[in-house]
Amino acid sequence: MDLRGKKVIALGERDGVPGPAVAECAKSAGADVILTLTACYV
Amino acid sequence: MTSAAAIGMPVVKDVALVLAHVPSLVQLGAKPLRVLREMPHPIDDLAPHLRSYDGARAYAPNQVFLGNLTVDQLAKWPTPWWKHPVDDASRCGPDGEIVPEDEFLGLLASADGFELLSLERDVAERARVALDAHPIVGHDSGRPPIKPGLTADAIEERVTRHGALPLRSSDGRLLGAMLAGHDDDDTLSAQVLLENLAVKATAGLALAHLLARPGALDRSAVRYVFNCGEEAVGDRYQRGGGNLAKAAAEWAGCARATGSDVKAFCCAPMHALMLAGTLVRSEVQRDVIVLAGGSLAKLGMKFQGHLKHAMPVIEDVLAGFAIHVGRDDGVSPVIRLDAIGLHEVQSGSAPLAIVKALYSEPLATLGLTLLDVDRFALELHNPEATEPAGSGNVPLTNYRTLASLAVLEKLIARADVDAFVAARGMPGFSPTQGHIASAIPFLGHARRGLVDGSLARTMFTGKGSLFLGRMTQLSDGISLIIERNPALA
Repeated sequence: MDLRGKKVIALGERDGVPGPAVAECAKSAGADVILTLTACYV
Repeated sequence: MTSAAAIGMPVVKDVALVLAHVPSLVQLGAKPLRVLREMPHPIDDLAPHLRSYDGARAYAPNQVFLGNLTVDQLAKWPTPWWKHPVDDASRCGPDGEIVPEDEFLGLLASADGFELLSLERDVAERARVALDAHPIVGHDSGRPPIKPGLTADAIEERVTRHGALPLRSSDGRLLGAMLAGHDDDDTLSAQVLLENLAVKATAGLALAHLLARPGALDRSAVRYVFNCGEEAVGDRYQRGGGNLAKAAAEWAGCARATGSDVKAFCCAPMHALMLAGTLVRSEVQRDVIVLAGGSLAKLGMKFQGHLKHAMPVIEDVLAGFAIHVGRDDGVSPVIRLDAIGLHEVQSGSAPLAIVKALYSEPLATLGLTLLDVDRFALELHNPEATEPAGSGNVPLTNYRTLASLAVLEKLIARADVDAFVAARGMPGFSPTQGHIASAIPFLGHARRGLVDGSLARTMFTGKGSLFLGRMTQLSDGISLIIERNPALA
């Protein structure tokens, strides 16, 4: 998937991959991260 | 090498863990409150899924919580656990007890110093008779008495004329009502105060259990208490101002105690244990109590999943704990203050960096690896509560991440991940009570194993979802190594 120039909402999970880590990956692939959130299911 | 350094470290002298079965309060949990008001027949839909006290008491994970079953027994227990009750399940165990609802309503009333909670006359009388006969918080224990209840009409009037929050049983019967503490302060609403009161009652009960143990501290010797629950006691000018620690100590008759609240979401118990240890180690205090009460807001948090799968709402219990941290007695397990795992700001959010900071780095300071730890206690949420709602098996996910770290550090082969998890992990057995479920429910089991020699070293890890408060994107974490007292070697 080519993320260059794409707007990305980074949704992560505390016990998996947190939002900021998802955002870093997306940014490094050229995406424009417009929102970062992490969920906690407990 | 590690034993000599462990001498003089603070120790876990005792642990108490309690449950309160409160099916009628499930409808007042944060999720049920929001969802049920949108349902045409909320009580009709919910009531058939609420368990009896006997059902909750005989539930195998709750028996592990009380210390009557081991985590290894639970790992072999037939599933689903709710379909396979424990025969002759006891109300009490080595770590505490599970209190039925009618008695817990009495505890709530006893903990209410402002006469905001009124119980219906018969409910109050039943609670008074039962609680007065309780071996630990009975009539002669010194706890505040349960006031006589009001007529149902008087309680209805509180609800209709004064906006009190009604407490109703699952069959619609009026049990009582909670008044707000102020007409124009959201932090003193009836709902918030009931939540705070539930924390005080469960934390107070746990403290009473702790102080009733053979050889326990005298109540007058309790001088400092840390509370690490998730409540926010305060008013509109200081939301979350505190101090539940002192309120619980007062209720339990600890006249010379003071204390404070430690806040870090579900990581707070580990912060509090560390701080308790440092107060003892520095000789500022001889003994420190760490306690927490249960989260009413989290009752029924996943109830929609339970209804969907035609199973009981198993998030029907409040939980509480109390821990006595004291000076080295030559027997009790030591808390290694010289090897604390800390999730620092710079640890960031990358999963590998987090697990290294919490596990391998503190172990390395003692010359140890993950394989030197017999059991890891971490997020111990009961998967039977979370999986039906699509929230996964939280402990298993965390244990697998930990095992992956062991693979990366070439301690085990990739094929041995499951064996690592089975040997050094455990099934989740804690109610989904947030901070309670963060490792602490295993502390009673760990203490027994570390004293009798079946365990040599354990590691307790708490994680906190700080990002939920919208002040940082970070989470939090602390790990503590708790190991066999070197004097027993």
